[in-house]
Amino acid sequence: MAARAIWKGELKIGTQKLPVKLYAAVEDKSIRFHILDDSKRNRVKQHMVQPESGEEVETKDIRKGYEIEPGRFVILDDEELEKLKPEPSRDIEVSGFIPIKAISQQFYERPYFLGPDGDQANYFALARALENQETEGIAHWVMLNKAYSGALGAQDGYLVLSTLRNAGEVIAADELPKPDGRAPTKKEIEMAKLLVSMLEGEFDPDNYKDKYRERVLEFIAKKAKGHAPRLAAVKTKRKTTSLDSVLAKSIAALKKGKHAA
Amino acid sequence: MRPFWSGTITFGLVSVPVNLFPATRSTRTSLRMLGPDGEPLARKYYAEKTGKDLEAEDMVRGYEVAEGKFVTVSDEELERLAPETTRDIDLTRFVKEYSIPPVYFERGYFLTPAGNSEKAYRLLAEAMKERGDVGIATFVMRGKERIVAIFSDHGLLRAETMRFPDEVRSVKAIGLPEEKDVPTAAVRKFETLIKKKIKRTFSPAKDQQTEDLLKLVKRKQSKASNVVELKDYRRDKEPEAVDLIQVLKKSLAGKR
Repeated sequence: MAARAIWKGELKIGTQKLPVKLYAAVEDKSIRFHILDDSKRNRVKQHMVQPESGEEVETKDIRKGYEIEPGRFVILDDEELEKLKPEPSRDIEVSGFIPIKAISQQFYERPYFLGPDGDQANYFALARALENQETEGIAHWVMLNKAYSGALGAQDGYLVLSTLRNAGEVIAADELPKPDGRAPTKKEIEMAKLLVSMLEGEFDPDNYKDKYRERVLEFIAKKAKGHAPRLAAVKTKRKTTSLDSVLAKSIAALKKGKHAA
Repeated sequence: MRPFWSGTITFGLVSVPVNLFPATRSTRTSLRMLGPDGEPLARKYYAEKTGKDLEAEDMVRGYEVAEGKFVTVSDEELERLAPETTRDIDLTRFVKEYSIPPVYFERGYFLTPAGNSEKAYRLLAEAMKERGDVGIATFVMRGKERIVAIFSDHGLLRAETMRFPDEVRSVKAIGLPEEKDVPTAAVRKFETLIKKKIKRTFSPAKDQQTEDLLKLVKRKQSKASNVVELKDYRRDKEPEAVDLIQVLKKSLAGKR
């Protein structure tokens, strides 16, 4: 069954315009728990209260304020907050392009798939061009009252638009000092590289399943039937041995494994 | 600030005890909800049927197995359900750095050496850098099993948590049309456009919305417009503002 588009927009690259539809690329599968009150096991609700008296304050009487100093607030009314909202628009402005390797993975926040909205030829042509050039477009758009900056990329022939984090939100490694301590020797680095190379392979996402999620769901199912299984306590940490001996042992073990295979 | 997670990265039989801290911070400012006299309000849970306010010890976590029927799960039970991978990040596979599609990346963290693991830490960082690889593993952090990619970044190890493949939708599931003959003239047209507008480095955007909010606040403050001052206001319940960079610097220098 096809998904519904979240939003419709128009990519603008120079004089080129391409209408697109936006779809969520991610589906959160984490287990949803509810908060229950212990005695009656009913779902709980939330409200805002005055901390001193415990009196509830209804939504219409709640005011919004920015704390400039402890205990000092500037109240902002709905009209002022409304003025702060960005101008609505269907435009997705692509101002430039960057080589893919120039954007650190740290910036990627939320991905969306773009689908064609009438112009399939140009849609697939743009995706192909981005893949050929190994670039992503830098995009800006306003969606549902928020301004976003993002990267327009291609994946398997389709367009992907990912929101990107802001400058202040990401700490770059080059802002931080390298750790102290003795540097590894050349020999140790060569052995570690050999070990890493023996573990190299393709990125195969289907190898990974959320086994923990499965275990929790299984446990819950058993509990629901009244067969609450006994759970073992958490295991303790492993002990450490000398770095050189473990490097050598690891390589030997892997080599042995390869011959046996 | 305590680390988000502490454990051991392993590759082969090599162990690198590490601490994990976030590599991102939020710049979004939030507004406080205030009552009619300007006093900050608290969010409280209450029982729907009785209207009675609830404290933490009055509440439990429940999973809805059928309409209105819940099974409770305690913190301890959740912890015990994840014994295998809780304290280890076992790197059993290394892949080329740019072979992972960005759609999988969720959030970044920095790993700092714990105990006396500096040499092993630097060894892993250097080996991955020279091979152009990232290490892949799964582990459990804060109650969730995650796939993680460990990057070597300027001598540091950076972990990026990844989404599980069943959480990433396929184009087929979304219902996007299949690619047909792509007209080469159109491809060339876009490639020309890309080359014309290429930039060498990436400049992340600034948070314009937060800037605009702060400008408004400043204007109102200078005009003393709608500013509320509370007497006897105690901030003892507020958490201390954390300077994440200082926390990371301290941790990398081997101090707590």
